[in-house]
Amino acid sequence: MSVVVQHRGGGIILLSFVAALLLQMLALPEWAEALRPDWIALVLIYWCIALPERVGVGVGWIAGLVLDVANGALLGQNALALAIVAYLALRLHQRIRLFPIWQQSVSVLLLVLLHLMLTLWIRGSVYQSVVTWAYWLPAVSSTLLWPAVFLALRGLRRGYRIG
Amino acid sequence: MAIDHRQHRLEDIRAGLSVLIYPLQYMVDLPVSASSWVGENLSSRETLLEENARLRLQHTLFKAQLQKLLSLKMENARLRELLKSSRKVSERVLIGELLAVDLEPFTRQIVVNKGSRDQVFLGQPVVDADGAFGQVVHLGPFSSTVMLITDANHAIPVQVNRNGLRAIALGTGAPDSLSIPYLPMSADIVEGDLLTTSGLGGRFPPGYPVARVTKVDKDPTQPYATILAQPTAQLEQAREILLVWPKDDRAQRDAPDTTGETSTAGTP
Repeated sequence: MSVVVQHRGGGIILLSFVAALLLQMLALPEWAEALRPDWIALVLIYWCIALPERVGVGVGWIAGLVLDVANGALLGQNALALAIVAYLALRLHQRIRLFPIWQQSVSVLLLVLLHLMLTLWIRGSVYQSVVTWAYWLPAVSSTLLWPAVFLALRGLRRGYRIG
Repeated sequence: MAIDHRQHRLEDIRAGLSVLIYPLQYMVDLPVSASSWVGENLSSRETLLEENARLRLQHTLFKAQLQKLLSLKMENARLRELLKSSRKVSERVLIGELLAVDLEPFTRQIVVNKGSRDQVFLGQPVVDADGAFGQVVHLGPFSSTVMLITDANHAIPVQVNRNGLRAIALGTGAPDSLSIPYLPMSADIVEGDLLTTSGLGGRFPPGYPVARVTKVDKDPTQPYATILAQPTAQLEQAREILLVWPKDDRAQRDAPDTTGETSTAGTP
């Protein structure tokens, strides 16, 4: 009985990741492209905090791998970075859950910055990469969008009674 | 895992995963192509007439040029025959369409809706109507990723069309400039020179225009001249591109041109 309950809503989680991937690939005008939030990381952080016993490093790694293929990035670059982000979110989930939402946003800022920094390191060690300060803008937009993403995904989770 | 990728061993995994990604990419592209389709269908009669007239004019012009080209081609072939040279001018091409999909920021890459199913291969040169465009870096069954010549990781061997001076054009990561390093101060290159592919790298067939030199800075304190060029291809606007199969001399030699004889010999 408990096993059945535990595995409910896997489809919804998958669907939220697919939606994040679509948003990540959506063609935007030049000025908005730099502001594109780190959708996959946001969704991953939410599920890590909400359902730490189901979504974790493994899911982060797979999501990162798919993102690498979709992005044409070095295979494994986002996988490694997102796995580390998921690990930290898992370690801190009990604390982040209790934070008020603005404080959560700050933790998200740090986690997304970590994701960006790790990918930058990996890229920098393998490729020639040209990076301007605009590289860090997704962290800011992700932070600002966190409350909306959090409320939407929480509504989804409660609506479908996942967990 | 990253190191392994450098030896291209993971290309198969990537190709497999790209099959899963392709429907998503197609979905993302759908609104863009749909809006352009609607735009085409709803454009007024006047603009269509105007465009038609313009295209007809262009067509006549191109046709006139083509006539000249045909005779030149014949003459060229004849002269090459005299010189016993086997270089061929024309290559097989396939038109691919860009998918409106954003890839990693700060890279210059695009996704094209042709893949290994259409005999696209890794490293295949890609051109558009105005010049060299890039080359295929990742390959899936239905789609492939093309690195533009302006990507910071791309280099293309070129020569100055005016005097045959050879150089290498490196991408800078900026959408509209290439840099040409390691040319001495005395090199005969001026602003406005056309750079064409030299074909030396073995990837790009020779003779395609690549870029036009926009800035030549011969600063005596620097060891080499600083040269910038602007790509002739419409890298940021093109919607259709051409995938090129360079003519391989060896493949041509291997191609059996006596099949007709053998098959007729078999029949009584």
